[in-house]
Amino acid sequence: MDIGLTHYLVLSVLLFGVGLYGVLSRRNAVVILMCIELMLNAANLTLVAFSRYIFFYGQAIVIFSLVIAAAEVSVGLATIITFYRQRKNIDIKNINLLKW
Amino acid sequence: MGINIAFWVFAAMAIAGALMVVTMHSLFRAALGLILCILSIAGLFITLSNEYLGIIQILIYIGAIAVLIIMAIVMTRDVEHSNRSSTYKLPAIVCSLAFIGIAIWTILNTKWVPKFTLSDTSLPAKSIGQMLFGQSGLVLAVEIAALLIMVAVIGAISVAKEK
Repeated sequence: MDIGLTHYLVLSVLLFGVGLYGVLSRRNAVVILMCIELMLNAANLTLVAFSRYIFFYGQAIVIFSLVIAAAEVSVGLATIITFYRQRKNIDIKNINLLKW
Repeated sequence: MGINIAFWVFAAMAIAGALMVVTMHSLFRAALGLILCILSIAGLFITLSNEYLGIIQILIYIGAIAVLIIMAIVMTRDVEHSNRSSTYKLPAIVCSLAFIGIAIWTILNTKWVPKFTLSDTSLPAKSIGQMLFGQSGLVLAVEIAALLIMVAVIGAISVAKEK
């Protein structure tokens, strides 16, 4: 069977699902950031597959998605390191300063 | 035929890397799984004959983001073996399985009409450049993205600075 658009879409859905499970179930903040990166990668794969088979513009959007991933991960890791300095752990259960 | 084999190999590697991220107890091995997953997604970009984005993916994700994540893991070293799952493990599994089921059902029941096939090789990096910087391109969006990343870097420095 030849590889088509459906194969790439199903693969990226599987990757996104694994990332979603990680975001919902892990407790370490760094692992949650890594799972968000996984989900962004799955979305990138979808965009590139669509740009290859159907519509052209997806490739340009992938570049913007890369930029946003870099911004997100730098700010997120800075926040995590600041929290670690104050509390000496990065368990997501303890990050509840804004909870009321 | 070669592309078929490459797709299955890269797909298996990507899924294995993703599962490593969510199951490994050592954070460092989880980061290595993320790198494996990103590398195989870059390979999948190349099987989609988009070599430019594959190289950019390796440069930015592995060269910058993975290194940043490993730095953060090393800086928070004494919690290294704390990749525990929370009490919401079962709802998380149900949620992600429901998402996967619904999305795959939708994909399989939609009639996609491909305009190109994998044997067309007329999609070089030139077309990305034309989309971004061409006559009716996205130059304003490129400028805004540059501003965004600058603000993010300055914000990251000022947040993480020792008081």
